Amino acid sequence: MEFSELIRTGQAQAELLRGPEMPPLRGTLCVTGHHLLLSPGPQATPDLWLLLLRSVDSIEKRVAGDAGTITLRCKDLRVLQLDIEGVEATLDIARSIEALSSLESVITSFPFFYRPKGLRLGEAWHFHPPERYYKRIARETRAWRLSEANEDFSLCPSYPRAVIVPRAVDDDALARSARFRQGGRFPVLSYYHAPRGTVLLRSSQPLTGRQKLRCAEDEELLRAVLAEARPGARGFIVDTRSAQAAKQARMTGGGTEAKAAYPGWKRLHRPLERGRPLQESFVRLMEACGDPEQSMDRWLSRLDGCRWLSHVKEALSTACLAAQGMEWEGACILVHGAEGTDSTLLVTSLAQLILDPLSRTMAGFQELIEREWIQAGHPFQLRCAHSAFSHTRPKHEAPIFLLFLDCVWQLGRQFPLSLEFGEGMLLALFDHSYASPFGTFLCNSEKERCLCEVRTRTHSLWSGLNQPKEQRKLRNPLYVPNPLAIWPSVEPQSLRLWQGLFLRWTHPPEPSEVAWEKVWQIATDQKTEGSQPTDSASEPQP
Amino acid sequence: MEHIRTTKVEQVKLLDRFSTSNKSLTGTLYLTATHLLFIDSHQKETWILHHHIALVEKLALTTSGCPLVIQCKNFRTVHFIVPRERDCHDIYNSLLQLSKQAKYEDLYAFSYNPKQNDSERLRGWQLVDLAEEYKRMGVPNSNWQLSDANRDYKICETYPRELYVPRIASKPIIVGSSKFRSKGRFPVLSYYHQNKEAAICRCSQPLSGFSARCLEDEHLLQAISKANPANRYMYVMDTRPRLNAMANRAAGKGYENEDNYSNIRFQFVGIENIHVMRSSLQKLLEVNGTKGLSVSDFYSGLENAGWLRHIKAVMDAAIFLAKAIMVENASVLVHCSDGWDRTSQVCSLGSLLLDPYYRTIRGFMVLIEKDWISFGHKYSERCGHLDGDPKEVSPVFTQFLECVWHLTEQFPQAFEFNEAFLLQIHEHIHSCQFGNFIGNCQKEREELKLKEKTYSLWPFLLDDQEKYVNPLYSSTSQKPAVLEPNTVAFHFKFWRNMYHQFDRTLHPRQSVFNIIMNMNEQNKQLQKDVKDLESQIKQHKNKQTDGVLTKELLNSVRPESPALKTSLCLKEQTLLPVNDALRTIEGSNPADNRYSEYADEFSKAEPAVVSSEYGVARMTC
Repeated sequence: MEFSELIRTGQAQAELLRGPEMPPLRGTLCVTGHHLLLSPGPQATPDLWLLLLRSVDSIEKRVAGDAGTITLRCKDLRVLQLDIEGVEATLDIARSIEALSSLESVITSFPFFYRPKGLRLGEAWHFHPPERYYKRIARETRAWRLSEANEDFSLCPSYPRAVIVPRAVDDDALARSARFRQGGRFPVLSYYHAPRGTVLLRSSQPLTGRQKLRCAEDEELLRAVLAEARPGARGFIVDTRSAQAAKQARMTGGGTEAKAAYPGWKRLHRPLERGRPLQESFVRLMEACGDPEQSMDRWLSRLDGCRWLSHVKEALSTACLAAQGMEWEGACILVHGAEGTDSTLLVTSLAQLILDPLSRTMAGFQELIEREWIQAGHPFQLRCAHSAFSHTRPKHEAPIFLLFLDCVWQLGRQFPLSLEFGEGMLLALFDHSYASPFGTFLCNSEKERCLCEVRTRTHSLWSGLNQPKEQRKLRNPLYVPNPLAIWPSVEPQSLRLWQGLFLRWTHPPEPSEVAWEKVWQIATDQKTEGSQPTDSASEPQP
Repeated sequence: MEHIRTTKVEQVKLLDRFSTSNKSLTGTLYLTATHLLFIDSHQKETWILHHHIALVEKLALTTSGCPLVIQCKNFRTVHFIVPRERDCHDIYNSLLQLSKQAKYEDLYAFSYNPKQNDSERLRGWQLVDLAEEYKRMGVPNSNWQLSDANRDYKICETYPRELYVPRIASKPIIVGSSKFRSKGRFPVLSYYHQNKEAAICRCSQPLSGFSARCLEDEHLLQAISKANPANRYMYVMDTRPRLNAMANRAAGKGYENEDNYSNIRFQFVGIENIHVMRSSLQKLLEVNGTKGLSVSDFYSGLENAGWLRHIKAVMDAAIFLAKAIMVENASVLVHCSDGWDRTSQVCSLGSLLLDPYYRTIRGFMVLIEKDWISFGHKYSERCGHLDGDPKEVSPVFTQFLECVWHLTEQFPQAFEFNEAFLLQIHEHIHSCQFGNFIGNCQKEREELKLKEKTYSLWPFLLDDQEKYVNPLYSSTSQKPAVLEPNTVAFHFKFWRNMYHQFDRTLHPRQSVFNIIMNMNEQNKQLQKDVKDLESQIKQHKNKQTDGVLTKELLNSVRPESPALKTSLCLKEQTLLPVNDALRTIEGSNPADNRYSEYADEFSKAEPAVVSSEYGVARMTC
């Protein structure tokens, strides 16, 4: 397919309005295969304005007289307005943007064409293979092994090639267990909590169905987990659905672990919202955030009504529950919901941030996202196809990853010294997960990524972010390594709306940005000056 | 001390306010003449000043003892369980007596003795000098003068002696106007904007009823507008909702009729009265005191309480006032009913937006002295210092502090002081430990001889200044000296550090302010060290040019630095605000948090106490 077929007009004169804080831009507008360009002419200070078409969430056009207006609502929650000369041009440009922004083919997407200066293809993709994490665990315990049973993605299409499983369980047993779990997602290790020798596992629901089927290998696998942790160890299965929903799932072939079949394991139900209700919550929150004229009462009632902060609270407290079980009770924890690709990952990744100081470093956080979200098979392509402004009926969209980022932001607010990355990192991840020139968040699983050759044909986001020039935006200048678990408060009074994201484009960030700059200045002064006295003392040496 | 029957009760339990598992600390409760003191088994002390107690309740007897719930005006809530009912009853009765004094002379300030001599005390009182302040604003000048009309409190008992009025307003006009204003509070100068030559004036409502007029009052308003050469029009802001003002007309009061006054623009701004504010706060406290509060209940509770709506209304009024002066160069006359609650809020907040001086530590003290204390905000009645009419109690000043806090959140670099400063002031408007906030007006304060018998709060705050400094403050970065806050509803947040000041489990576990302050302090120290060392080197170089000796010097410099480092580290520890230890305590503990009703499922008894202790130790160092 050629992009040129979809581009109906070459260019037009237009004026771009970017919100109250920025001056409008005037110039020549042009649609290309992946971008919308506005060139204000050579004298202008920003000589080119560029928008990735993939990041357009919805488009509205209006014509009046011989001019038209296009309103673009972007996936990063920005709202842009283009005033275009000529009715024909307006309609053509609108149609081109509509067609190009909704292309579904992965291999024609921009990451496959993006070749930035200073980065080499294939860089940083090798940073976070499962082998690397396994090496870390192998230093602590011999109870686990790296299995390549899923080498050809035959056991589970949404798992990576290599997964970490109990040493006592062989690959055949894994295959049987996989057949007993939805989507083949048998229990695998997510995190080894070395200080207490306990583990965090994740899987999908067991396929018990109406007949209450059992699977000896699956039971054996979980028994082996407890046996290898320590004699008499207990386990908790955190089901992210309500008891009612779990029971109902039996009607469609799913279900949950029977008590008698898994001795030593106890089930806890912590219902977390997912899927369409979560997407609707996001949409309603953004509707509320888009109306600056509303009264205080209306705002508070909409904030309450959209329930977003309730979801944040539930996600954080479930993660804390899992972490508490490992750290305080010395128990092993298995987390699953239905498919095990959404709220399951939310809980396991947050629990690691709470417990594991390494995951709170810049490198560790990137590894966490790579391992617990990307390689663990969170279907980014489906979940992030549209953000809050789309008019199309949501199918598979859900802002689970955004909810994760919000929870991390809450952690960062409560422990401002304990995360090596700052709000800028979380914002960047949000933006890139919805539309990105990098390949990291493309596709829904490792299998698809292999088929599309994402690793060899696109650049990794991590290599983009780890360039020195990006670091100041992404890092937390106040970071002090902290080896302890960080237990957040989940009381409603302690949780706040993430204004930096949801109101990023509507409220003037200026004073707080200047203040942040000052914090940087103080913190960097501190670091450079710390070594100064000796420097100047050695200066007059003969 | 006739009220104290029991001075010490042992084996008292202090319950955690939000814990669902009835976690408690056991310790001993002491009752002194001024404080209630609880010392737990870790020797941690909880002091509660009797004057801070807003409400004591004795709940129904339980198997473990008799519960005693104390709610404080600084939003601390403690829940004791006293083993024997008789002890509980004794303490309950004592506290009832001690928390509500009948006479001013029984307040803490009259017995508080910080070991200062009389001249130190006097200097403390002179720290804030309002005559100086008016001079700083640029009055008296060719348009404004000091009036001696109220020198003996003859015209208005609740105003200060020194009042600034337009130069062309003669004494008969002033007297005439004061008779036409509620409680004699005629229009006077509150703030003068030197560049714009515009003024903020304040008064109470006119006694206009449905048709009454007063020529002198009309003249006085005209004099105010004439005193502004830039704009002949002036605004009259009635801070009340229109309906309330209209209702007042039936009682012979009311508001200015635009037809009778030349060159005025009349404007209602709709701030509710003290009774609405009191019940709004009451609702807010009910919501956030709920155990096991859900997010949804919290937000619908916030909405129903209306508290943030009121805060926004006050803020909007102040912005209206600041804009009138900055954009239109117009003078503004502000009033409400009596002109000591909403008027004080709006005038002071408006001045704070206009003048960067009031955003400094010292300037803020001056602002409070001027617009609140001297103009007769009825602190003793609003804070319920004495056993009086509960209908007079209202959180008007708390709202002002909250508005200032919202501004510090929006403009992190514009204020020299930090949140702890605001909290500390709030603490002391109720504590009655210092004389500043005792009484309802200047006349009353003079009669009580407060300046001779009590101490002023301000020098004590200045002594502790480093605790209250905002490390991000930058007086130079304020390009526009005028703050233009955004009052879109999104920007108003629940002030957790005020209303949950003492509920440590709800707070961030690490404080950015502390660390930045330490960094700043260390940077300064290091810079000083660099200078010292450099000058030492220079000195030695000058003295002897011999290379060998320079080397010796270097050797003698080096070993010093580790010691220097440790001294810094010690300093760092003392810098952590001591009384704020609860709020900023670092390290945390999952048992403090309600993660789950399943917590009981984890049956084992807290195995990790050690690790949490370790946490506290590690993270505070």
